[in-house]
Amino acid sequence: MATGELSIYNLVKFQAIPPDWPGGFWWHWLFFTVVVIGFVLTMVMGVIYIERRGMGRMQSRLGPNRTGPFGLLQPVADAIKVLLKENIVPVAADKIVHWLAPVIAFAPALMIFAVIPFENGALLADLNIGILYVVAISSVSTVGIFMAGWGSSNKYSLLGAMRNVAAVVSYEIPLVLAIVGVVLIAGSLSLNQMVVAQDIPFILLQPLGFLLFFTAGCAEINRSPFDLMEADSEIVAGFHTEYSGMKFAMFYLVEYAEAVAISAIITTLFLGGWRGPLLPPWLWFIVKVMLVFFAMVWTRTTLPRIRIDQLMAFAWKFLLPMSLLNLFITALQVLADWPTQLIWAMIIVNFAVMAIIILIWSRFFFRLGWGRIEV
Amino acid sequence: MAVRTEPFVLNMGPVHPSTHGVFRMRATLDGEVVIDIEPVFGYLHRGIEKLAEQRTYTGITPLTDRLDYISSMSNNLAYCLAVEKLAGIKVPERAEYIRVIMAELQRIAALLIAVGAFLNDCGAYFTPFLYMFRERERIVDLFEMVSGQRLTYNYMRAGGVSQDLPEEFMPALRKFMDMMPRFMDEYDRLLMQNEILIARAKGVGILTGEQAINCSVSGPVLRASGVNWDIRKADPYSIYDRFDFDIPTQATGDCYDRYRQRVEEMRQSLRIIRQAMEQLPSGPVRAELPQLIRPPTGEAYARIEAPKGELGFYLVSDNSIAPYRCHIRPPSLINLTALRDMVRGWKVADLIIIFGSIDITVGEIDR
Repeated sequence: MATGELSIYNLVKFQAIPPDWPGGFWWHWLFFTVVVIGFVLTMVMGVIYIERRGMGRMQSRLGPNRTGPFGLLQPVADAIKVLLKENIVPVAADKIVHWLAPVIAFAPALMIFAVIPFENGALLADLNIGILYVVAISSVSTVGIFMAGWGSSNKYSLLGAMRNVAAVVSYEIPLVLAIVGVVLIAGSLSLNQMVVAQDIPFILLQPLGFLLFFTAGCAEINRSPFDLMEADSEIVAGFHTEYSGMKFAMFYLVEYAEAVAISAIITTLFLGGWRGPLLPPWLWFIVKVMLVFFAMVWTRTTLPRIRIDQLMAFAWKFLLPMSLLNLFITALQVLADWPTQLIWAMIIVNFAVMAIIILIWSRFFFRLGWGRIEV
Repeated sequence: MAVRTEPFVLNMGPVHPSTHGVFRMRATLDGEVVIDIEPVFGYLHRGIEKLAEQRTYTGITPLTDRLDYISSMSNNLAYCLAVEKLAGIKVPERAEYIRVIMAELQRIAALLIAVGAFLNDCGAYFTPFLYMFRERERIVDLFEMVSGQRLTYNYMRAGGVSQDLPEEFMPALRKFMDMMPRFMDEYDRLLMQNEILIARAKGVGILTGEQAINCSVSGPVLRASGVNWDIRKADPYSIYDRFDFDIPTQATGDCYDRYRQRVEEMRQSLRIIRQAMEQLPSGPVRAELPQLIRPPTGEAYARIEAPKGELGFYLVSDNSIAPYRCHIRPPSLINLTALRDMVRGWKVADLIIIFGSIDITVGEIDR
């Protein structure tokens, strides 16, 4: 079958040795480490290209089109440019923290991909607590970002880092609660099992969960309209104001690697991961990741930025009640065995519930412009 | 347990993405809250007023281009009006109409930048800014036809304009006038009801009418505070008394009102241009004048409603070929005096949008 021939193993002429064979673990580890790093780096280049060209089109300009065909080599040119830049460390900076911050921020972004299946069973570690691992690891980036803000001894950086910590701590909660809905339906914490369980993509069963996760995810990784940790019009560049050269490139990489990671998690949880007709699974996976990222680019070019107190209020007064309601309704449905018995009813009911809840809540309980809260 | 905090000073600028030039604000912050700010300027001081004392009256026009460099035509107009008042020059009809068309086109161009930059400060990542630049580009193309320049036009002269409109100008202007209302509707659809924009800008940085008058604020900032004061109506210059247009005002004087005010003013400018296009007479575009103007001893003050507010030129002549003294009343600088009252108690993010909503050009503040 064509799909089988195009599997990720055949692509690199490599026959996987199951991890439980003698020595198989290390082969498996080596192979997927290379795959993950290669995947992340190439995807980052791809999404940078999509972002720059896509934003160009949306802003009625061309975008970079000088380097290579259609400007495809622009990310390479960007990378070479930052590599050749001088590495400047402020005199007053905490040198070790300043040096360590990009590394600590980058490692988790890479580590998330350890549990993300590129196709059925093709992942570095099929942890049975996969999604828990993702949630735990993704928060570590915040430490790196706060170190960058603190170690730079720059007031803009510090403001950006403080905003980042506040945002991440708040948005973790709706993020996790949105995941729990999926976990309830899939009945597993393993990301691979979740994909296997998605005979229809969970976005249909969990539309509200998808929106919540997308929004909270955007806030988690500083994508607009929640990009106020690096709000260029307010605090210059936020936590990476004082970074240049390769260290800046690392933060740049983190930003996009995290965007790819969130896109990949959304793909896995809600869009059916590697599942899809005709095309080979890994290609489906990449296409879906790109689509989710494109949605992020779209919001970035469309929406103004919200303020820090509105950001917090939005998390606690809108997303959190929404996600609790979503969790409650999903739990009831799972209890009533809807996901297996009444799947179409569940789709219709959940879409209706999403529309009604969002309408009612945004009309009567919370609006962005209501009142100001001191943070 | 209360955590002990202490305010800190943040120097925003002179190189900062949102200070619209080399401008610095010494902001005292308590966390994210602005306690006090102190504007620091002078980084772009070129001594234009002093330079003007050593130039001929015609030679000063290029200097005025460099004041508020995004509305050069308005600066030209204000300066030429002052010279004409000083020397008692009569401007031909056609030149008056061309001047009005240019000044109003310039107003649209400058307000487009003001609105775009304000939205950029709100964090809409360059999209509205570039959309507005797309339209400004068409205006700049028109200006290039008449003056050959795209930023510092140096088009108006004492006694008229430097040259008549080229043939291709009127068709291009008509095309622009057909397109522009549609674009403005597009902006309204995109932005007026945007939840985030309203949440960010409504009720933020309120400047009451009384405060505005006390600070002698002028232009859209004043009118957004509910004061109906427009020099085109209050003290008509050139031929503005011949046109039928309204002075829009807003009620509260917050950032959102200032944004709305600018959009409304663009629509009124379009009305004026349309009327001026219809009435445009033929004839000479420049009064017969000697090569070097020697106004009689005396002084004159001419003021216009520039895109940013009241722009005034005060000239003193000692009957030589250069003014004895040239003083400029820049609207940006005077409007900026209200900033401190507006931002105290708001957050850093609000400081940026309030500052953006005042719409300054540093070239004019520092002169």
